[in-house]
Amino acid sequence: MNSLWSITLATLAKDIRLEWRSKDALNSMLFFSLLVVVIFSFSFDPLAEESRHIAGGLIWVAFLFAAVVALNQTWARELRNQVLDAYRVSPAPANALFLAKALGNFIFVSVLEALMTPLFIVFYNLRALGPAWQLIPIAILGTWALVVNGTFFAAMSIRTRSREIMLPLLLFPISIPAVIAMVAGTTSILTGEESAHFYIVLLLTYDVVFTTACLALFETILHAE
Amino acid sequence: MTEAAKPAITVTNVIKQFGRFAALRGVNAEFEIGKFYAILGDNGAGKTTLLRAFAGLAHPTQGTISILGQDPQAACREIGYMAHPSLLYDEMSGMENLRYFARLYGIAGTGQPNGDRCEQVVRSVGLDPELARPVGQYSQGMRQRMSLARAILHDPKILLLDEPFSNVDVHSAGEMVGLLRGMRDSGKTIFVVTHQAALLRGVADEFVWMQAGQIISRTADLSADFPSAGAR
Repeated sequence: MNSLWSITLATLAKDIRLEWRSKDALNSMLFFSLLVVVIFSFSFDPLAEESRHIAGGLIWVAFLFAAVVALNQTWARELRNQVLDAYRVSPAPANALFLAKALGNFIFVSVLEALMTPLFIVFYNLRALGPAWQLIPIAILGTWALVVNGTFFAAMSIRTRSREIMLPLLLFPISIPAVIAMVAGTTSILTGEESAHFYIVLLLTYDVVFTTACLALFETILHAE
Repeated sequence: MTEAAKPAITVTNVIKQFGRFAALRGVNAEFEIGKFYAILGDNGAGKTTLLRAFAGLAHPTQGTISILGQDPQAACREIGYMAHPSLLYDEMSGMENLRYFARLYGIAGTGQPNGDRCEQVVRSVGLDPELARPVGQYSQGMRQRMSLARAILHDPKILLLDEPFSNVDVHSAGEMVGLLRGMRDSGKTIFVVTHQAALLRGVADEFVWMQAGQIISRTADLSADFPSAGAR
């Protein structure tokens, strides 16, 4: 267990260092999300009331698509110079690699969300009518739902020729329950029409189930040929 | 069986198929501890696949491989693997790479009684541990040396090296051969896949010839069975 966390942290630190130097994932995610915010705000020009109903969907769809960019970068880095083979021949546990990648993606997508949320608020004139603090658990659990499955399916598709198309094809259908919970939960908080409690519990359950499944299956994926 | 009497690697009827293509076709062999083996053959002969199977990276479709009496994945601490690509992160310096891989093997970095293991191996391959440049800016020769440093970082008993001399100048290749000879003399078992067999004349204990996924000959002398090989 000690080695699991020690290697997880070492791999996470390495990934953050690589991302800090290259900024591959963050730059492309930021640019993509910025485009979505600006284009949709000019296309719809919604009133404040309409914004509250559609913003949840817009925000999460923008983050979902942007996350795919980061998720593809995660494993592409390991394929250059076949560095993944160096990990595979080592005694390091497979799940340490998975956890480090998922945590890394969680940090990158969270940074994106922290930078983009103020822009969404300004462009869509948003103000929550419900308990705004509940947006925090929805953001944390929703982001983890996206990155945990995304990291897993990105690993599954790294050996396929068209991996950048394969990832959304695998990820989006399985993320539907989580996306529905994120969008509905966010909308209910923004409009104040109903409690988001159910959606938070749904996201928590989704995260526990899929994190467990991904951890159970990742070693097979890592050593698959 | 004692450690010395036990073979380093035993290969029993190994077949490796990729779809309908058989890269290895019933390979049987036994390799002794402390010997230097050069694996030779044309492109597509199955050399790299055999090495990857030894490393546990390619699972045999049929047959078994035993590394010091264990399954290749169970014996991963005894194996050092250097592939044709560098297996290093281009954006990080050599030492940053090594410190990361040291963590994977549970090797502590600085402050050890024997000094820093990463610095030791970097010096042992003739590089400067102070070099802060990212690996992506290294020359091919330096990259190969750093790749070798990564492979020997955890002091493995068996070294598997795939084309370690490719794109390396004659002088650097000669130095690497000298380094490998020293490792063999210190008791390590070394397997080198190469097209530059002449570099290993007088160094390798055995030349293992592969063709169409099979070992067709094992000779102590480079030109015994294949006179043209000496000219390579």
